[in-house]
Parts: sequence; C-alpha cells; structure tokens
Amino acid sequence: MQSVSDGPATAAQLVDALREAGQAGTTVRFRGGGTKLAWGACGPEPERELATVGLDRIVEHNAGDLTAVLEAGVPLERAQAAFAEAGQMLALDPPAGDATVGGVVAAADSGPLRSRYGGPRDLVLGMTVALSDGTVARSGGKVIKNVAGYDLAKLFSGSLGTLGAILELSVRLHPLPEATATIAAGSPEPGALGRAALALSHCPLEHAGLDLRFGGGEGAVLMRFAGAEPLKQAEAAARVLHEAGLDGSVVEDDEAAWRRQREGQRSANGSIVRVSARQTTLPKVMEQARRHGARLVGRVPLGLCWLALEDRSAGEAATAVEELRRELAPHSCSLLDSPSELRGRVDPRGPRDDGELLLTQRVKQRFDPAGICSPGVVV
Amino acid sequence: MTSVAASRDLTGLAAELRGIVGDEHVVNHEHQLRTYASDGLLQYAVTPGLVVLPGSAEEVLRVVAACHTAGTPFVARGAGSGLSGGALPVEHGVLIALSRLRRILEVDLDNQRVLVEPGVTNIAVSQAVGPSHYYPPDPSSQIVCTIGGNVAENSGGAHCFKYGFTTNYVTGLELVLPDGSLVRLGGRESDLPGYDLIGAFVGSEGTLGVATKIWLRVIPRPESVRTLVAFFESTSEAGEVVSEIVSGGIVPGAIEMMDNLSIRAAEGATGAGYPQDAGAALVVELDGSEAECEVRFDEVLRICRGAGSTSVRVAEDDVERELIWKARKAAFAAMGRIAPNYYVQDGVIPRTKLPEVLRQIDELAREYELQVANVFHAGDGNLHPLVCYDGHRRGEPERAEELAGLIVKACVDAGGSITGEHGVGVDKKRYMPQMFGEADLATFQRLRCAFDPEGLANPGKVMPTPRLCGEVPGPYRQHPLEAAGLAERF
Repeated sequence: MQSVSDGPATAAQLVDALREAGQAGTTVRFRGGGTKLAWGACGPEPERELATVGLDRIVEHNAGDLTAVLEAGVPLERAQAAFAEAGQMLALDPPAGDATVGGVVAAADSGPLRSRYGGPRDLVLGMTVALSDGTVARSGGKVIKNVAGYDLAKLFSGSLGTLGAILELSVRLHPLPEATATIAAGSPEPGALGRAALALSHCPLEHAGLDLRFGGGEGAVLMRFAGAEPLKQAEAAARVLHEAGLDGSVVEDDEAAWRRQREGQRSANGSIVRVSARQTTLPKVMEQARRHGARLVGRVPLGLCWLALEDRSAGEAATAVEELRRELAPHSCSLLDSPSELRGRVDPRGPRDDGELLLTQRVKQRFDPAGICSPGVVV
Repeated sequence: MTSVAASRDLTGLAAELRGIVGDEHVVNHEHQLRTYASDGLLQYAVTPGLVVLPGSAEEVLRVVAACHTAGTPFVARGAGSGLSGGALPVEHGVLIALSRLRRILEVDLDNQRVLVEPGVTNIAVSQAVGPSHYYPPDPSSQIVCTIGGNVAENSGGAHCFKYGFTTNYVTGLELVLPDGSLVRLGGRESDLPGYDLIGAFVGSEGTLGVATKIWLRVIPRPESVRTLVAFFESTSEAGEVVSEIVSGGIVPGAIEMMDNLSIRAAEGATGAGYPQDAGAALVVELDGSEAECEVRFDEVLRICRGAGSTSVRVAEDDVERELIWKARKAAFAAMGRIAPNYYVQDGVIPRTKLPEVLRQIDELAREYELQVANVFHAGDGNLHPLVCYDGHRRGEPERAEELAGLIVKACVDAGGSITGEHGVGVDKKRYMPQMFGEADLATFQRLRCAFDPEGLANPGKVMPTPRLCGEVPGPYRQHPLEAAGLAERF
C-alpha cells in the first residue's frame, strides 16, 4: 500500500486526491488518528490511504451559542482543551488517545457520557463530506435545531469511511460541570449488579454516567453525577442502591474510575466484542463474560457491553466469539479491536438482516458508485 | 429508471385496494376526499385521487406494493396536524391515512422501550409508561399528532433544548419501502452493525417510505420540576437573560419567550394572568435531581431579577405550572384575536443573534405594515414569528407571504435554518436553495434514490425542484474476497 501518512494539507487537496482515486478506480481508506483502522468487516487492503492530518483547524468556536465547527482531522483532545477554556466540552469521551473528531464520528465511538448526552450522531449538527466523484456536499447546519433536508450527518456517523470522507463537522457543545461525584457499589454476583443497575437506571435522578464493570471475580456498578450538587445526588443514589440490595461508597475524585471504564472499551493486543444487549439481559452478558474469562465494561441505559478477550490464541478467541453469539442471540456481538488472524476466522459483524443489508448496499452504491471507499468494510 | 406515467384513472387500483383493506376503508367520493385535501397548513389544498385506510402493517405493505405496481405516487398521513404541508396529497395519487394503526404493541418498561404503530398519538406514549417514565419530545400538538408523523418530521417541542428531538428517541423501525418491500432496522438495542439508516429515515418527511412499527426510548420522569415566568420590558432584555442562563452552565428543560403581541393574544384567550403591558414573557423550566434543581432555580431567579425583570411568578404546584404553560401553548390558537389569518414561520438562528434578528423582524413588519407576533423556543433559537393578516384584504396575503419569506432569509443570513421543527414539506422547499447549494441537494437525492428510485413516496416535497434518479453509475467491482470465494457480496 502506498501510505500517505502526512496526508493532503487541505480539504481541497483531499477532495482532488479522492476524485482522482475515484476516476482511476483506486481503493482508498480515510485515516484520522489511526486508532480504529481494524473496525468493521475485513475488506481488501486499500491501495491508498488519505489522512486527514492536514485538516486540523478549529474553524469556529461560538462559545455564546455552545457550538463549534471543526475540520475532521482535529484531535479530540485538542478540541476539548480549546472548549474547556470557555468552560465547555464536546460531550464525547471515547477512549481517545490520538483519535480525531472525524475518526470518532466515522466510527461512532463514544464513552460513558453517552448515557446522558447521546453519541456522535446526537451531537453532530452538520457535516461537509466529499464523495468519490469529487462532490463536496453539506448537510445540516450550525444551529442546534434544524430539520431542513436529509440528515446525512447521521448516515455518515458510524459509516467507517465507506460512503466518503468527512471534511468538516459542526457540533453542539455542553457546559463543563463544575463538580462531579460518583457512587460505586461492588459485588461478584451478576444478578445483584444487574438489579442494582436497573434500579439506578429507573430512578428519577439525573446522572452523567451509569456503568458496570465486571471481571477477575469482582464487579461494580458506578453512577456519576455532575453539576452544582453532585454529592447530594450521589447520596440520594446510595439510598436507591441500598434498597436494591447493595451498599455503595461515594467518591468525589472520580476521574480515574471513569478513565478505567473508557479504557476497558479497548484492547491493545486482545479482542473486543461489543454486545448490543438490553438492560434486563446485562446479568446474562456478565455470566458469559465470567464463563469466557473476559473483562467487561457495560453502559447500563444503553444495554451495551464491551468484552475484552485477552491472553488467548486466535483460535480460542474465535471459539469464544462464536459461543458468545450462540449464547447471547439474538443480541448482536460485533468485533471491534481484534488481531487480523481472528478477523480471518469469524465475521466481525455477525449475522445481519437481509432487507437491511440490501438497503445498505443501495445506499453505498449511490454515495460511492465507484466502490472505492473502504470496500467490504460495511458492504 | 422505470418510466411509468402515473395513470389518472385509478379505477383498477381502487378495486385492488378495496380487496386489501375492505370497501369501507377506501374513500373515493369527491366530498369525502376533500376532507383530506390539507394538513395543518391550510394555505395548501390538493384533493387526492383516493384515500385508503389500512388496518395493519401487512395492509400498508400491500397497499404500497399495489401503488408501486401501478406507478401511482402515494402520501402517508398521520393526524394531519403538520405545519409545512408535508402530508399534502398528490393529485391523482393515493393518500394512505394511518389513523387505524394506533396500537401500542409492547411496553417494555424494564428496558425503557415502547413499540408502537405509527397512528399512536404522541401523548399516548407518555400515558402508557407513566407516571414513572415519559416520552420527552412534546410538540404543542401532542394530544393529536401521531408518532408516525413525528418520525417523518423529526418533531421537537418545548423541551427539546435539553432532551432532544424524535431522532434521539427512535431505536428501531419497521419500514415499508416505496417498492413494497419490508425492512427492519434496529430494535430495542443500540449499535447494531451497519449504517445508521434510522437516523437517515427520521425527519425524511415521508419521502423514503412508510414506518409501520416504531421502537421508542422512554426515560424516568425527573425527580423535580420548577417553573417560573418572568416579565420584561422588552424582548432584548429577556434575550439577555436567556444568554446569561445558558452561558452560566444551566441547561433548562425549557426556556420559552413571548413578545407583547402574543402575550396580549394569549392572555385574552386564557386569562393565565400575564400582564398585558409586558414587553416580553420568559417561561423557564428546570428539571432533574431535586438537589441540583433547587440551586439552579435560585440562580435563574437571581439572573431574572438582576436583569430588570418587572415581575416573576414562580409555580408553587402543578396547577400553577399548568397555568403558566397554558398561555404559552395557546399562543398560536389565540392569534385569531389579533387578525383573521396568520402565517407561521419556523426559522432558527444562533441564540446570540436573537436581538439582531428580532430588530430586523420589527423593521420588516413596519415596512410591510403588518403585525408580527413572536413566540419562540429561546434556548435553541427557534423562532415562530406569526405574520398576521386579513385574507379578505386585497394583496394582504401576498404581502404576508413575502414578509414571511424575508424573515426566513434573515434567519439563514444569521447563520441559521429555514426550519427547526415544522419540516420543509411543500411550504418551505422554495427556501431550500438559500441553505443548500446544488451539490448538497444532489447529494440528498442520492439518499432518496437509494430508498425510492421511482420517486413514488410523497413526491414534490422537501426538494425545491423535481428530480429523477438515474441508474447507479459505475462498474460493478468484484470484491477480492468474493473473487477468492471467501465472501458473498452481502
């Protein structure tokens, strides 16, 4: 592969390069921070890589309106630092590292804040994209409420760069909370944790995160509060927990606990299986994690879990993925991080609905008729 | 591209549809058809060729398939309460009224999900999961408007500044595509592999197909709700307060503003106790955990008083809260007291541009010698200027329409949008080129063509000019894995 790690210097140059690739039928992959390149299904190794590293301007930060416009290659951490100066944040906290905003949106990655603020699709107000025929198109806008035209930003969020390149994003920002506090309660029993998680999820307290973690013979449920009175809210949550059969303790300095939750969504050398479960089936997923010796992070209101399969051969991991799919059906189990050897053995996506696939392919053909943008990664 | 000219003779199709839904659920008498000629935007009326009222998702599927075979365009309609002409029928087309699909199919409170048919009203969802939970999007028409219509329009409401819109609450859809095929997207769960086709469908104004089942997310009712209305001498003073509240890190559940003209109209209609001489009323509602709400509410009170509020009324109970909201919610209907007709716009501006745009609207109203009442969702900058006119006065409707158009332009020029929640429909499609260029519109059309290559679903809406779909260009490229026999195309 001809790697262009420095990438085009401007959006216009990226569009030119993409158009040329489209005309020549050269397959391309878009690259932000390069932190999630293995996500999606296995496609052929692309012939060309187009990095967004040159698209690194924070175009607008309208602090009074709590909105911003960013080029796709802006590293998420740099954007957050800029917003923080005005006491604001983009409410996306995936395990970031070098990730760019464009990459986070293209992969629809998210972190614990999603339970309160939604994921990339919910925070992106507008998007400028480039298609493989050189078309540059904008959808949405810069205001937080807008229903004019189709919402192509949602279509491109999570599309893994298979429909075209994201060039620029306008996003909604939120105030940074002045303080946070977390209540955490431990138990080695999936059933007890599940009951506590459900009680917290259904209580009328407004949280900034409600997660599970499980592995190594122990587990915990964590609920975070943010704002002017987080401690009082955490104490109220302690009473809900107590009624649900667990006693928790309140931590004010809670950043490390939540960083650990975020980091649990990734695996440097092993594999991550993301399970799209339901709140009520979280105990079942924890049981399966225990059975397979996997460490688990769960996002309770969404019913999502990330299972890390580590310290095993690709063959053992493949067997575990297949068993998880069988035991947890009809819940979808997708492979995110995983060694290429494992991806050769199991389909990273698992079974899909025929009608949805056909429609997905029709969308792909209309947006990328040349079929050059990461073919095979989604369809 | 299938080039089937829509037949004007619907006799054969009518017979087929009767066979699907039963004689009594196909309407083809002229006077009955006229009942469906308009939606909530009465300025437009088109009598449909046929109205069909299917009773199940299966019947919707067969009706759409029959329309597809006949090459006859169709329009889906919920309660017909939309304000952009989105459910305006197509002449010689079929109107599919979904009012019989009004079953709540499943309430899964443990997982905070509800499965409904499209004809279920918005309020019925909250009623089905109350009192512990509710469905946040709350358009003013929530007593009558349907979830199917909300999905088509991506409806918002007074509380969407904090809680978001319909699109943030739909987790699954069963769709009938315009070719009569059925697709299931999502469900109770999040993050299923593949494109976010649900996100693409919600807000597509009926142009991509018909939703026949909808999974919705519901949330716990907040522990505490505090509501106040503060009165100011001018909208610019009230606007300053909005900025100060929001930039101070407070995210109100709702923050709504009314100007003097709308206060007078609403007060006349409701007797809610709003002072008729107030220049502006600001309704602020905070909700959430009780401890947080109390502190924030005191901050809001302090900001209102510090900014020169002439008086502040705090709701002490639900009855007083309802009374405060009564005036706000009655504002549209009360406009009859000011003028026989009004033209409502739905522009959005960045919140910080509020004083500037309101000044422009004022100047335009004077120039056009018309009254404009302003009611708006101040938190998200969504304006609802009501251009008042008398339809019987020669030239006045045209002047009102022109003025309304200039207000939309002022919103777009300020960096905003032509529509925040009412949709483009037929009414605002002419403004689309102010917001989007040719390449943008052509890219929208790609999505349309993926779902509806023959352009049968709600044609003539959203896009400013009619467009056709060509065949998918480009050669089919065999996937290398496919060539190696390792994978199939799907």
